[in-house]
Amino acid sequence: MSEVSPASTDALVRIRGLHTRLGAKVIFDGVDLDIPRGRVTAVMGPSGTGKTTLLRHITGQLVPDAGEIVVDGQNLARLDRDGLFELRERIGYLFQNSALLTDFSVFENVAFPLRQHARLPEELIRNIVLPKLQAVGLRGAADLMPAELSGGMARRVALARAIVRDPMLLIYDEPFVGLDPIALNQVLKLIRVLNQTLGLTSIVVAHELSAVRRVADHIYLLAAGKIAAHGAPDELVRGDTDWTRQFFGGEADGPVPFHYPARDYAADLGFAQVKA
Amino acid sequence: MSDKPARGSLIGDGLAQIGALGLFLLQVLAAVPRSLRYFAETVRQVFFVGAMSLVIIMTCGLFIGLVLGLQLYDVLSRFGSTASVGTVVAIALYRELGPVVTALLFAGRAGTSITAEIGLMRATDQLAAMEMMAVDPLAYVVAPRFLAGIIAMPLLASIFNALAILGSHAVAVSWLGLDNGTFWSNMTGAVDVWTDVMNGVWKSAVFGGVVTLVATFQGYSTAPTSEGVAYATTRTVVYSSILTLAIDFLMTAFLM
Repeated sequence: MSEVSPASTDALVRIRGLHTRLGAKVIFDGVDLDIPRGRVTAVMGPSGTGKTTLLRHITGQLVPDAGEIVVDGQNLARLDRDGLFELRERIGYLFQNSALLTDFSVFENVAFPLRQHARLPEELIRNIVLPKLQAVGLRGAADLMPAELSGGMARRVALARAIVRDPMLLIYDEPFVGLDPIALNQVLKLIRVLNQTLGLTSIVVAHELSAVRRVADHIYLLAAGKIAAHGAPDELVRGDTDWTRQFFGGEADGPVPFHYPARDYAADLGFAQVKA
Repeated sequence: MSDKPARGSLIGDGLAQIGALGLFLLQVLAAVPRSLRYFAETVRQVFFVGAMSLVIIMTCGLFIGLVLGLQLYDVLSRFGSTASVGTVVAIALYRELGPVVTALLFAGRAGTSITAEIGLMRATDQLAAMEMMAVDPLAYVVAPRFLAGIIAMPLLASIFNALAILGSHAVAVSWLGLDNGTFWSNMTGAVDVWTDVMNGVWKSAVFGGVVTLVATFQGYSTAPTSEGVAYATTRTVVYSSILTLAIDFLMTAFLM
C-alpha cells in the first residue's frame, strides 16, 4: 500500500521509501508512513516485523539503507550528532523494560534529564519532578529505588521521566507487556490523558489489540517489510485482507505461517534415505 | 555452504578486536572533553575503582614485600650483600612489580566490576535510554571510568609500593636483624625519583588507562545476555593482563 494517512499534510513524522536490511533479512522494503500531530498512532504487526527497528529509525539510533525520515521538519539524514541530540531532547521514549537507572532513586531517575541538560536550582528541579510523579500517581514513591518497584510502577516512573522535559513526541515501545489488568488500565489512561493534556503526539508499538483500540486514533499494520494496512482501529479490524484477518482475528496460520521454514519433513526424519 | 568459522578466523577475530579497541579508544578520547562537565561522576568513579580497591592492594603489597624481604635477604646473604636488600626491593617495586602487580590486581578487582556494570547497563537498555535522553554514554559512563583508572592507578601503585617496602623492612630489619639505617640509607641513596619512581608512575597511569579501556570496551560491546556479560568479564581480565604485560615490556624498553 503506497498511500499514506489523510493527515499527511500535518505530520510530525514523515517516512518515505524506507528500506532496511539487518544482515541478510529484509526488514523494510519501501515503507511510507505519517504520524499526525496531536494524535495517538499505533504501529502493530507480527513479532520480528521491525516495529522497534522503526522506532530506532525515527529516533536516529539506526540509519536506514535508503529512504527519508523527517521529524518535525528535520531530515534525520542531514543532522549531525549535536543536531540529533537536540531533536532527542524533544522526544520522550518509554522502553519496554523501563530502562530505569538502577543506581538512582525514583526521584533522581525522573530528574536525570533535567540535571544533564541545564543547571537548575534544586528547588526548581523538585517543582518540575514532583508534579510529573504526581501525574503518574507515584509522588509517594519518590525515594524508592528501582529494585523496589513492581513492573507497572517502573513503567510509570519511566513515563514520568519521558515527559519531564515536556516533549513534542512520546514513543511507547511495547508499553503493555507483562502488566496486570490494573497496571494495564493505569498505563492506558495515562497515555490518553497525557496526550490530551500535554498536547503530545504519541506513537505506540504494541501487540495487544484490545488495549490499542482504546487509545489509538490510527493504526499502521506492518508486515513483510511493508505497511499491510492502516486506518482507524474499528475500520481496520473489519478489514478483509489476509493480513488483517490473520492478525486481528488471531488466526494461527496465514500469511505468517505456523511452521518456521524448514527442509522437507520426510527427509528430516530419514524416510527418504530408507526408501533409497 | 558451512556455518563453521573459516580457517584463520581466530587471527582475524583477534585483529578485528584490536582494531575495534583502537577505534573505541579514539571515541573515548574524543568524549573526554565532554565528560569534564560530569566531573563529579569522575570523582565518584575514583572512589569506586580506587578507594574500594585499597584493601586488596594493601594486603597484597604487604605480603609481596614480606616475601621479597625473605628471598632477597637469603640470596644476597650468599654474596655478603644483605645491606642492599632495601635498594633491590625498592628498585624492583618502583620500576616493575608495583605498577604491574597493581595493574593485574586492578584488572581483577575494578576491571571486572566496570565490565559487569556497563554490560548490565547495556543489557537493561540503560545506555540506550541515556542516548534517547540526549546524554552521550561515552561521555557520562565510559570516559569518567577511563579517567578514574588513569588517576587511581598511580596512587594505588604508590600505596602498594609503600606497603611492600614496609613488609620487606619488617622481615629484613625487625626479624632477620639487618641494620635499620643501612636499609633506609642504601635505598634512598640508590633510588632516583625521576628514573625509578616516576618511571613507575608513568607505567601505572598507562596501565590504569589500558585496564579501564579494555573493561569499558568489553562492557559496552557485550552481547546483552547473562552469558554475554560473563564472557565479557572474563575477557576483561585476560585481555587487560596480556596488554599490561606487553605494554610493560615496550615501556621498559623505551624508558630505560
